[in-house]
Amino acid sequence: MLLKPLFRLPQKTNFHFVKYFRLCFALSIIGIVGTVVLLFTHGLNFGIDFKGGTLMQVQTPTAAEAAKLRTTLTHLGVGEIQIQNFGKADELLIRFPEQEGGPEAQKVAADKVLAALPEGTKELRREQVGSTVSQELINSAIWALVLTNLGIFAYVWFRFEWQFALGAVIALVHDVMLTIGLWSLFELDFDLTIVAALLTILGYSINDTVVIYDRIRENLRRYKKMPLRQLLDLSVNETMSRTIMTVATVLMALIPLYIFGGEVIRGFTFAMIFGTLIGTYSSVYIAAPFLILIGVKRDWSGVEKASAKPGAPAAKPARPAAAPAEDRPAVESSDAAAFESTDAPEVETPAPARVASKPSGYRPPAGRKAGRGKRR
Amino acid sequence: MSAFTLHFSRWGAVATILISVASVIFALPNVIPISTYESLPSWAQLPRMPLGLDLRGGTHLLYQIDTTQLKKDWLQSIQTESRRALSEARIAHSGVVIAGNQVRVNLRDPANTDAALTKLKTLAQPLSSSLLTGSGGDSGTDLSVQSTQPGVITLEPTQAGVQRRIENAISRSIEVIRRRVDPQGTTEATIQAQGGASGKDRILIQVPGLAPDEVKTRVGTTAKLTFQLVDTSISPEEAKDHGVPPDSQLLPDQERPGQFVLVHKEVIVSGDDLVNAYAGYDNRAGGVGERAVDFEFNSRGASAFARVTRDNIGRPFAIILDGKVISAPVIRSEIPGGRGQITGNFGVEETNRLALLLRSGALPAALSIIEERSVGPSLGADSIDAGSIAAAVGFAAVSLFMISAYGLFGLFSVIALAVNIAIIMACLSLFHATLTMPGIAGIVLTMGVAVDANVLIYERIREELRTGRGMISAIEAGFDRAYATIIDSHLTALLAALILYAFGSGTVKGFAVTLSFGIVSSLFTAITLTRLMVSTWLRQTRPTVLHI
Repeated sequence: MLLKPLFRLPQKTNFHFVKYFRLCFALSIIGIVGTVVLLFTHGLNFGIDFKGGTLMQVQTPTAAEAAKLRTTLTHLGVGEIQIQNFGKADELLIRFPEQEGGPEAQKVAADKVLAALPEGTKELRREQVGSTVSQELINSAIWALVLTNLGIFAYVWFRFEWQFALGAVIALVHDVMLTIGLWSLFELDFDLTIVAALLTILGYSINDTVVIYDRIRENLRRYKKMPLRQLLDLSVNETMSRTIMTVATVLMALIPLYIFGGEVIRGFTFAMIFGTLIGTYSSVYIAAPFLILIGVKRDWSGVEKASAKPGAPAAKPARPAAAPAEDRPAVESSDAAAFESTDAPEVETPAPARVASKPSGYRPPAGRKAGRGKRR
Repeated sequence: MSAFTLHFSRWGAVATILISVASVIFALPNVIPISTYESLPSWAQLPRMPLGLDLRGGTHLLYQIDTTQLKKDWLQSIQTESRRALSEARIAHSGVVIAGNQVRVNLRDPANTDAALTKLKTLAQPLSSSLLTGSGGDSGTDLSVQSTQPGVITLEPTQAGVQRRIENAISRSIEVIRRRVDPQGTTEATIQAQGGASGKDRILIQVPGLAPDEVKTRVGTTAKLTFQLVDTSISPEEAKDHGVPPDSQLLPDQERPGQFVLVHKEVIVSGDDLVNAYAGYDNRAGGVGERAVDFEFNSRGASAFARVTRDNIGRPFAIILDGKVISAPVIRSEIPGGRGQITGNFGVEETNRLALLLRSGALPAALSIIEERSVGPSLGADSIDAGSIAAAVGFAAVSLFMISAYGLFGLFSVIALAVNIAIIMACLSLFHATLTMPGIAGIVLTMGVAVDANVLIYERIREELRTGRGMISAIEAGFDRAYATIIDSHLTALLAALILYAFGSGTVKGFAVTLSFGIVSSLFTAITLTRLMVSTWLRQTRPTVLHI
């Protein structure tokens, strides 16, 4: 065929991702603690969705100077009024808090603001949210975040093991926290669309994490004796080209949206872009190495048998079993398949793989019964 | 499975192609210019996806029903009905009063307690649908009638009864609002009940293309119309100074600002019995073309109206709208046939609006706005343009990237991606799900997810090739092994999207809808379409080398 790939990402990478996991954990913990501190000291710049009040987007006949107008409009007595340029030079975003006296008073205040603006100003958008609604919106947003996490935890537990589920959820909470932290730090508007973005980040990040976990599980079945650290490095390296391709395509879809998508969803797309990057980072540097901290079930033989797809592994020619893992770390070996101990039917699989714990810090799963495979 | 990976049954292939082609056809109406669309014969005008208010401009209002007022009104009607029931049964009482959340009846003779209790219990209505309200606790009626001590009977609305009143009021209000906001049923207005902190006590109104003030005036007035006799025993001024008689009330007079009219509390006919109302002209002898609203009662209203007018010739009666007396003409003769006219100082607009309001009936309870969002049409158009450009640029960039990374296989995934987007648009059109700006963002994100599925497959194929497998076997293994991952990652993302849909509101929901459709269609294209293209290509060209 004529259509050939123009470039190809390096197929075989040997990065030692796991080596830095303590550093990454430390950095991430600092980030999360920083977020909590920021939330308490700085708070979030809640939009009217969560605070109640009025937001107006207006178009002035000539380029508007927000700073100049600010002095005029502060004297209107509608409370703390925020004015900012919005995208174009002649467009302004005006916000002020909920007025005493119900929706009527809100409308009166908004009309007062509109009247104080230069002649010929057009109102493009108005949003008015009462405080009961905003409180409920906060509650439902928090619920949505919590339930999504629980749902994902349950699903991953069901499909993998609880260690994976915990790792995945920790990575998710990490992503959400850091995004919120960024919003607090730069005082970006925090409204409903940002919550939507946070939930999407969850969706994307879990997608990423599941892909890597899938590979880890597969390798756990294949290389029964490989130290966990090497196995994680191998898994991340094997999925590296996919990770890069996917992040690149998602960003290629998001960046035009950020540039051309208009001011209204700029915050949303910015959150998505940041979340995509942080989600990729957390899959590789948090979710995967977390398995080292907590230890993970090594013997998936029963699982594999239960779920063995006809043909898939059997299609592979059996290779001679390689030297024990302790002697040849995978990262140095020219071919990871050297660890491929048994790809053929595994009848004589030894009970709980006793992998040397010295090099990896891997603790054998105490108390776990051999061959307790299920869930597939 | 591997042996079947690249094999398609004839019907499997046909179904895949049919679904893809159908999606493209159903997506088309959304991308052709509106003028072309409208010039098509009606059978070819397939549904388009409705655009959200943020994309075409319009008003979004969230109203909350005044439940306190609703309860108060109910207690008042319980009071009236209790009095009537007791007098029907000829049981003397020394007062029927509203005390807090209940109506208390004090009987003259405690010996009548049982008889009164039996009679008053007939006022309670059974709650038929215990499915929704839960049958535990409450006695299964909307009113609990009890006597704690002889001679005293209390009537108290039950929790379930109140809840049902609110629900009834909401569904009636929705009907009324629909008739007012969208009398011709042409504006594609969305009017629906929405849950608040205390059950479904809110109404969401979304009207494309209308400014908020217009919507508010149409919804705003309660239009509660009643006809009551004027109390002429004392003048309103006297009543003001010396107290209003117990069965009468003072109401403001709209014709003479600052003045009041004293009317009997008993309602002769209410707006509920009104069947029609239309704008017309004053047809009195002296009236020179003054604007008026003509109305017509149903048979019940007509006979009541006829009876009262016959019995009260020479006395004035008041036409009361929303607690204000609009006019108080003197009855000159019996008015049979149930037709009448309201005159006042009305302009053209006002007459039309009053007729519309009367025609659509009264709102059963007062509503207040708790959320308002409006987008001007120009901003909406800007947003559509921005979203389209962004989607086009994003699609082009992703296509170029995929083709340069995977060659022919990249082209396959671009086709799959296009079909994927077509499926989303087709689903939105067919299910009449609204596309919003965050929805466009959801589609863009889906592009990432869909491409990811193909990337997973292709990277697997590359890996398998590296282990020295043959071309066919590498492709088969690549598909096979990627599927487990694709299904896991898609299902988790779908789970997130569904939770988003269940708990999100407005914006978030719109986004979740497109994301859910996108994930499902991505699963479809990855599992069938891409595979079909690869297998067809293998069979047709029988390549010897694989450039991937």
